[in-house]
Amino acid sequence: MRYIERDLVVEAVERLCIEANYYIEDDVLNALKRSRKLETSSIGQRVLDQIIENDLIARNDSVPMCQDTGMVVVFLEIGNLIHIDYDIYEAINEGVRNGYLHGYLRKSVVKHPLDRVNTGDNTPAVIHTKIVMGNSLTITLAPKGAGSENMSLVKMLTPADGYEGVKKLVLDTIFDAKGKPCPPIIVGVGIGGTFEKCAMLAKEALMRPIDDVSDDPIARKLEEELLEEINRLGIGPMGFGGTQTALAVKVNVYPCHIASLPVAVNIQCHAARHKKIVL
Amino acid sequence: MKITTPLTDEVIEKLRAGDEVYITGKIYTARDAAHKRLVELLKNNQPLPFDIKGQIIYYVGPTPAKPGEIIGSAGPTTSKRMDPYTPMLLEAGLKGMIGKGERSDYVKDAMVKHKAIYFAAIGGAGALIARTIKSVKVVAYDDLGAEAIRELEVVDFPAFVVNDIYGNDLMLDNMSKYRMEE
Repeated sequence: MRYIERDLVVEAVERLCIEANYYIEDDVLNALKRSRKLETSSIGQRVLDQIIENDLIARNDSVPMCQDTGMVVVFLEIGNLIHIDYDIYEAINEGVRNGYLHGYLRKSVVKHPLDRVNTGDNTPAVIHTKIVMGNSLTITLAPKGAGSENMSLVKMLTPADGYEGVKKLVLDTIFDAKGKPCPPIIVGVGIGGTFEKCAMLAKEALMRPIDDVSDDPIARKLEEELLEEINRLGIGPMGFGGTQTALAVKVNVYPCHIASLPVAVNIQCHAARHKKIVL
Repeated sequence: MKITTPLTDEVIEKLRAGDEVYITGKIYTARDAAHKRLVELLKNNQPLPFDIKGQIIYYVGPTPAKPGEIIGSAGPTTSKRMDPYTPMLLEAGLKGMIGKGERSDYVKDAMVKHKAIYFAAIGGAGALIARTIKSVKVVAYDDLGAEAIRELEVVDFPAFVVNDIYGNDLMLDNMSKYRMEE
């Protein structure tokens, strides 16, 4: 048994909130630079230049790369050999509160979805927990902006729709979104499980490193084909027309019912922010 | 091309979809909640909190300013959410809007009718754009926080013309150019 101090969790979450919003990860920056080289549209090239310049300014000046500093999504992997005697959800929310205050991040959460009064401190976070083997606590934190989240969807396809049906749904979703989710985007696709499981798969897919490829052969084929076909849609950076609409497609799969084919498409803007710490 | 605000018809007539522009002068911020209030004032024949004639509205909700700074990151938000309010503001004299993403057909029609321009800034380029903002003054709805209406003095604010007054549309026209059918 290993005890993990509450303060350690609060401080880690505060730091992750700030660092995720200020400092773009190298894998995302490199993917943006790669897409700048590949883009053939001159206006698309100008857009990518501005995006890369922006991300470097944010890094150097320690300021948020985007004003939509998101609602915080947290994935906890709780080792079965650790001991926690406090409310970990409350500790995480304290970290979020501190991070958004001390990091001068925008508070973008309303208390009730219908009367829409701002909570004032960007809490609560959306927290997902998983019990794993081991004596550590892994926190993956992703501030998620609304521009791309709003363009995401879940659809219950039928088994007869199959592989091609999944592709059509993803391509239609991205075509309809056009410039709104701030392309070049990263596309997380969840296939299988149940209604709620496929949405989680899609979100988890977005947490994978940008150059990671699926070890499932069908998912891997989908990732490759979808990336190519998305980039043939013509949407381009910010929807101004071009060949670079997506930086990557990540497909996560799970077994499902004989009568079901649940599919979720979760879109991530180019400000792909996630940070991980192992305590 | 460098342009200054307020926008004159002479400048507006020169702008074409796809033009890269650098805007200098005063622009006004407003997003969902402020738009709702502005349109309610217009419906009740009440004056707006700022003179909208010839002006540009920027759809933005910035992050808080760090100590010693005047504003935080300040990139554009999705314009389409403002569509239901936009024709009334154009009728009242608004001449330009800056946001991201495409507009509804009825908004594009209203822009042609009232001779107004829709510009897009780069979504997610909040740190870059903040450098072009030289002063910030809240002019209305302080209670809305990030969504309050602010008067910004900008110098060489980078944007692209998406919809001009001739019915051209950068996104639609250029997208079809790069679309590769199977």
